[in-house]
Amino acid sequence: MTDLKPYQIRGTMQALPALRIERPDEPDFFSQLRDEVLRAPGFFKNAPIILDVQALAGTSPLDLRKFVARVRACELQPIGVTNGDEVWNDAARSVGLSVLASGGQPKATEAPASEPPTVAERPEASPEVNGAAVPTAPSNVLVEHAVRGGQQYCARQGDLICLAAVSNGADVVASGNVHIYAPLRGRAFAGFEGDRGAMIFCDRLEAELVSIAGYHLVSDELPSAAIGKRARVRLADDGLIVDVMT
Amino acid sequence: MATIITVTSGKGGVGKTTTAASIAAGLAQAGKKTAVVDFDVGLRNLDLIMGCERRVVFDFVNVIHDDIRVQQALIKDKRLENLYVLPASQTRDKDALDRDGVGRVLDELRAEFEYIVCDSPAGIEHGALTALYFADEAVVVTNPEISAVRDSDRIIGLLNSRSRRAEENGDPVKQHLLLTRYDPVRVEEGEMLTTEDVLEILAIPLLGVIPQDRSVLAASNLGTPVVLDDRSPAGKAYGDTVQRLLGHDVPMRFIDRKPNGWFQRLLRRSA
Repeated sequence: MTDLKPYQIRGTMQALPALRIERPDEPDFFSQLRDEVLRAPGFFKNAPIILDVQALAGTSPLDLRKFVARVRACELQPIGVTNGDEVWNDAARSVGLSVLASGGQPKATEAPASEPPTVAERPEASPEVNGAAVPTAPSNVLVEHAVRGGQQYCARQGDLICLAAVSNGADVVASGNVHIYAPLRGRAFAGFEGDRGAMIFCDRLEAELVSIAGYHLVSDELPSAAIGKRARVRLADDGLIVDVMT
Repeated sequence: MATIITVTSGKGGVGKTTTAASIAAGLAQAGKKTAVVDFDVGLRNLDLIMGCERRVVFDFVNVIHDDIRVQQALIKDKRLENLYVLPASQTRDKDALDRDGVGRVLDELRAEFEYIVCDSPAGIEHGALTALYFADEAVVVTNPEISAVRDSDRIIGLLNSRSRRAEENGDPVKQHLLLTRYDPVRVEEGEMLTTEDVLEILAIPLLGVIPQDRSVLAASNLGTPVVLDDRSPAGKAYGDTVQRLLGHDVPMRFIDRKPNGWFQRLLRRSA
């Protein structure tokens, strides 16, 4: 027994989100970032994150110590830098960040973070999660206040539960089920990573769009008998089915 | 400590400036020392509605960038002792409102005033975000039509996430809904949303309902906040609104269709 080490080093395949820094001088860079974190606290809060500085190559490095402190204040934990040139890598090492080989991070074509991804982009919207090899326990996200137009909440690894209305123009997204104990007027996406068993439940169905595992119905296609009713949306062999719940 | 009230809406043309002018004038009438600040840099209108456009020397942007003291730019209202206007610049654009500069000016005003009413520009861009950032309270102005209500919903979301109170995890911005251009006849005929419809979607407390009223335009053209026209329905409704802002419980008026039998019509004609 004595020759057993008190620890073991094991390989993991954690896929980490990357923060692709494009315009660090934008005055509301950090307030937008904080919003983003607040919108999906279950996924982001205190999550380790890699700073992708590809877009800044050739520019002189930021005051990384200060920058990292401000990112931490947004409740993200930068652990390393990727896609940097030598100057950037040195700057990263000097503040104790790791230098990571560039991985399969998304290239520069993403929509700005504040714009909700369109339906067509949805499956690609979270490549870092698609790459996760180790299944983790679900972490459900609870939203206790109204989700207003333009806001987006996402439960990347579990169910999303909303206690107040989801407005027109708002998106609620979950890899598991979406539960809304209030009117659903915006768009709801359950099983966005392909879970065909995921469902959407709401107290009043007035949705702009419902989607499960990529199959979707727009408002016009919802059965009129279910509009305004307590309803469940599920995926069957031949498409989405809306059940009125009594 | 002064209270900063931002008048905002998202959509343009719903009555933000009219509302900011009337709320500020109403607060001043109630004895509160009040400054009303025009954030609509480049499209300034507040000074027109307040009737002080011919006395503008310095403006908000001068105070931020040009070493002018805020006292030099404030215009004292000729009608009400407690009322001051800080006009916007016509020649600059909204990017001239940097957040630190605006914060400094508002801090100076806080020291002297009880209420600071901020007239936000339309939209959800820099100018509007700056106006809502510092709000302690917000009056969300909307009309009984779906596009105005949708835009207000978006603004409420921004108040919840992009204000200083949200950023510093303080008490949330106190939000009030003001429904303007409300026409009881068109509501009854189903052409406009009802108050209940709007409240159902926006789900924030109702501060007041201002009826559609020709006297609003007439007052604007004269450079008088309509609240000072205490014979008009809109003026009275704004008066009630200010009382509610000050914490008084005042019943809603002008939300039901007027009886229009021949006798009432006769009376109205002679009124």
